[in-house]
Parts: sequence; C-alpha cells; structure tokens
Amino acid sequence: MDEKKAAQVKTLEAESAELMRQIRAESNIEKKKKLIAKRDGIQRKATAIRNNRKISRETKRDIVAYSFIAPNFIGFAVFTLIPIVFAFLLAFMDWDGSNAVTFVGLENFKKLPTDTFFVAALKNTIIYVVGTVPLTMIASLALAIVLNQKIKARGFFRTVAFFPYVASLVAITAVWSMIFHPSKGPINYLLLTVFKVPQNELPKWFSGSLVLFTLILFSVWKYMGYYMVIYLAGLQGISAELYEAGSLDGATTWQKFCYITWPQLRSTTFFVVVMLTINCFKVYDIAVMLAGGGDGKLSTSATVLVYYIYQNAFNYWDLGYSSAIAMVLFLMVLVVTLIQFRYEKKLGE
Amino acid sequence: MGNANNNEATKKFKSKRKAEMAGKVGLYLILLLITACMIVPFLWMLSASIKSNREVFLMDPFVWIPENPKWDNYINIWTKIPMLKFVENTVILTIVVTFLQLLTSSFAAYSFAKLEFKHKNALFLAYIATIAMPWQVYMVPQFIMMRSMGLNDKLLAMICLQAFSAFGVFMMKQFYEGIPNDLCEAARIDGMSEYRIYAKIMLPLSKPALSTLTIFTFVNTWNDYLGPLIYLRTETKKTIQLGLKMFIGQYSAEYGLIMAGSVVSLIPVLVVFLCLQKYFVEGVASTGLKG
Repeated sequence: MDEKKAAQVKTLEAESAELMRQIRAESNIEKKKKLIAKRDGIQRKATAIRNNRKISRETKRDIVAYSFIAPNFIGFAVFTLIPIVFAFLLAFMDWDGSNAVTFVGLENFKKLPTDTFFVAALKNTIIYVVGTVPLTMIASLALAIVLNQKIKARGFFRTVAFFPYVASLVAITAVWSMIFHPSKGPINYLLLTVFKVPQNELPKWFSGSLVLFTLILFSVWKYMGYYMVIYLAGLQGISAELYEAGSLDGATTWQKFCYITWPQLRSTTFFVVVMLTINCFKVYDIAVMLAGGGDGKLSTSATVLVYYIYQNAFNYWDLGYSSAIAMVLFLMVLVVTLIQFRYEKKLGE
Repeated sequence: MGNANNNEATKKFKSKRKAEMAGKVGLYLILLLITACMIVPFLWMLSASIKSNREVFLMDPFVWIPENPKWDNYINIWTKIPMLKFVENTVILTIVVTFLQLLTSSFAAYSFAKLEFKHKNALFLAYIATIAMPWQVYMVPQFIMMRSMGLNDKLLAMICLQAFSAFGVFMMKQFYEGIPNDLCEAARIDGMSEYRIYAKIMLPLSKPALSTLTIFTFVNTWNDYLGPLIYLRTETKKTIQLGLKMFIGQYSAEYGLIMAGSVVSLIPVLVVFLCLQKYFVEGVASTGLKG
C-alpha cells in the first residue's frame, strides 16, 4: 500500500516538475496562468496523498461551496436554462404542443416579414422603446437631483415618487382608463371646459395613433420612481468635495451638472439605460390593460411583440412560430445591449 | 469709499439670498406638481371606491368625498367575486416565493462572493447571461415543460417560476463583495464553519440588501400578471391580479366596485414597502444596482 502511494507521489512530482519547465519556457501570460493552475492542482493532489487524506482540502472546499449554490442553481437550471435552450431549438421547428415535432429550418423566420400583424407589433414595440427609454431616463434623473437636495419632507416625496412602481398594474391601469376615459374622464372634461377643445376633437387616448403615446406616458409615470432610486444611489456616491471645488471656481448650477454630476453618473446612466431598454422591449401587460378592452385583444395599432408571442403560442398553438418571434425579441434586446456596452467601454477609455 | 463697497457687498449678498429663495420656492413648486401627478390617481381611486357608479364621473360639482359614502363597495367586492380566495392564493404565493428567493439567493451569493471553488466563473456567467434575456423569450417552452411535469394550473408552477432568479443572486453577490473579507477570514481562523459564518456574520449584516430584494420580489410576485395568466386557469387558483382583471372584464361598468377592489389589492404591497423603505436607497446603493 505504502509503496503504491510513494509511486503515485513520485509520478505526480515528475509531472509537476515537467509542468514547471513548461511554465518557465512559456511566454504567453494567459497560457502561463493556465499551466500554473494545473501544476497547483497536481501538487495539491500529491500533498493529499502524502498526508493520507481521502479527499483533498480543495475538494472539501468545493463541496461546501457547491452546497451553497445548489438550492438556487438547480431551480435556476431546470426552470430557466433548459427552457432557454428549448426556445432556441423550437424556433426552427413546427409544433402544436401535442403532435410530433418536425424540423422546418428557417421557415418560421421566412414567414415573419410578410406577416402584417408581426410587422405592426415590431414597429409599435420599437416606437414604444424609443419613446419611453429617454423620457424615463430624463425624468428619473431630474427627480433624483431634486430629491437629493436638502429639502423638507424628502422621505415623503421619495415615497410618493416610488409608489406608482410598487402599485399593481391592474389597479392603476383601471384608474388611468377612467381618468383618461374619452367621453366621461376628468382629463377630457378639463380639455372641454377649461381649454375649450370641441367635443368631437377630444383625444381618444386608448385607440388609433394616440394609444402608443398614452402607453409611453403611462410607463414614464409608473417607472420613473424606480430609476430615480437608482440615480439617488448614484448621486450619493459622488464626493461632495467635487461640488465644493466647483463652487470655489464659481461654477453655476448648470455647469456643475454638466462637468460634475453627469460625467460622474456615467456608469449609473449606463445601467439605467440598459435596464430600461430590456424592460421596455418586454412590454405586454401595460398594452393589454390600457388598450385591450374587456377581452384583452389588441388591434394592430396597439399590438406589441410579446402579445403576438402569447397569441401564437396559447391561442393558435403554433409554438415554432411563436418562438421565432421570441428570437426576434431576444436579438433586438441583445443587439441594443451590446451596442450600449460598446459605447460605455469606448467612453471609459 | 469703504462704506460704499460694503453696501454693494451687502446688496450683492442680499440679491444672492433672494435668488436662492426664489430657487427654493421654484423647487418646491416643481416638487408639488410632480407629487400631485404621482398621487392624484391614487386619491382618485380612493375617492371613486366609495362612490356610486353615477357619482364616479360626476364633474360638476366634483367632490372627493361623496355625501353618502358607499362603504358597501368594500363589502360587495368580497361577495361578487371570490376575492378572499384570490387574496389567499396571492399571499401564499408571494410569501413562499419571497422566502425561497431570499434564502437561496443569499446562500448562493455567499459562495460566489466569499469562497473559491472550481468553475466559479463559468457558473456565475450562466447567471449573468440570463439577466439580459427577457422571460417572455422562453416563457412558452417553460410552460410546455411545466405542463409535461404535471404542474399546469398549480400554484407550485408559479413558485418554481419565480423563486430562483438570477437577479437575486447577482444583487446579493454585489452586496456581499462590499463586506470586508477579513471578517470571514477571522471567523475561519476561529474555527467557524462556512455555514455558521453565513448565518451568524453575513446574514445579520445584509439587512439593507435583503430588504431591497424583499421589496422587489414581493412587488413583482404580487403584481405579476402574465405568469399567472399562462399557468392558472381554474378560478379558485387565480391570483388577485387575474381576479381583478376578470372582474373588470365582467363588470366593466361597476366603477366603484372596481376601484374598491383595486384599493384592496394595493394595501399589502404598500404595507411591505413602507415597512422596509428606510433601508431601500441604502440597499440599492450598496448592492451595486447603480452599476
């Protein structure tokens, strides 16, 4: 037994010595690091055998670490990772969910450009994103700057600004549909009586070309409180000394914003814009609740991508086509996110 | 001469004070305006919830509190639809999901932040890569999978769906990385096991992050609509959002009742938020959510 061990240790040591030579000779740092890690592993093994331990300290350490991760990771892998892989495959298949699956290659994607409802959904989603992202960003930044000042009842104002974000969508969309009700709502009543807009020209907030505008307005109202909190956290990370130095140099408030606040908030703004973009692309419930009427059906003027994914999957049971639309959604999010990462990196250099 | 200079300086000082005052007043005016925009829909909701259908849209004269408040709305909402069942379902779902999310995320995050192990980077990358992946992209295959596991139309499906998010792990990891390593090292030298370090040192320190994650998870689960819409078909299994939407579809002209139901659906989130909000900005700041 002991002889066997000694032999094992010997071969391991020889291996390690060989690796050491390679490490010395290697000029590429990345490769060098890999070799060093490999040699460490072998040496650890040798030590473990020498010290008569069944499992090395490192294996024990790994087991403990995995035991921490396992509860979350198993759930995450089963319910997130596997469906993601499944979604990619499904986009190239034809399947109704119960009969046999057939591989159709790019057929699903070829259908997309000729599908007018899909094109409308794509167009509306893009308009919605382009409208909502900058407006929400500006509104939340402005709000954060105001609420970062020393003012009375700051906590109260912050809570109020955040409240639309926590409030349930069904409840607040119900209120909005009443307040903006085309014939009975108070907004149109004000337009009619105070601003003297003629009865037949009163805006129909939830239909036609105006519906996207209402969706954007609503989203800015609902989400700006959330991004305000992120900006507040960013603002609190800016050192007060910068502003003091600015004051000494006689900088105006606007100059302080341009030369101190805005550049210092760059990474925060990056994060806000990325999150906003991702969240805006997945818009669904806002559209269904504000523009969907009683049965929750969306017309071409208000349809969005996720709505069409849902329709194709759960109403028409065309799972392949639904997944192809989902891939379009994913690609757009991915491309926009990558562009933003690139831009952020370029600015950082 | 000196006097004149002095006078000018006071004048300048005074005009500066005046400008500052004007700025302050302007600031408060803007704030009040924004606050009004934020809060008026909620006040309208409260007001409409105690009105009759005719009074809700009565503009001339408009009153916030009607002469005879219809408190009945708050009683009828429980009998017209199985509101109690909806609330019960949502409470169970939200509490279980929030508990699981906090426990498993902080557990996994401790490992990613404070321990060294094989394949650490690859595993973490798996989490990160899915953060930019909207759930809507894989919701259909996920549903098919759950259905084949027999979880269709079960609250358990919703729990599995929402309890293990990449976001929670990411957020908690960012927070733990801000806690000095020396703290854990010292405990290790004292012979504490990793599990004890997590329970006795890390958890008590992570109140702001846990509160923030609680708010996010609670709010998201309580307010989720699309998830329950896909999975929960039987009426007795529906959550409050689905139930409320169903009610609006059925009784679209019962404005007072709809608003009463909406108020009821808001209360739990409001309570949770108000209880935890003092940690909130601190939590967001320390979890690196700011980027």
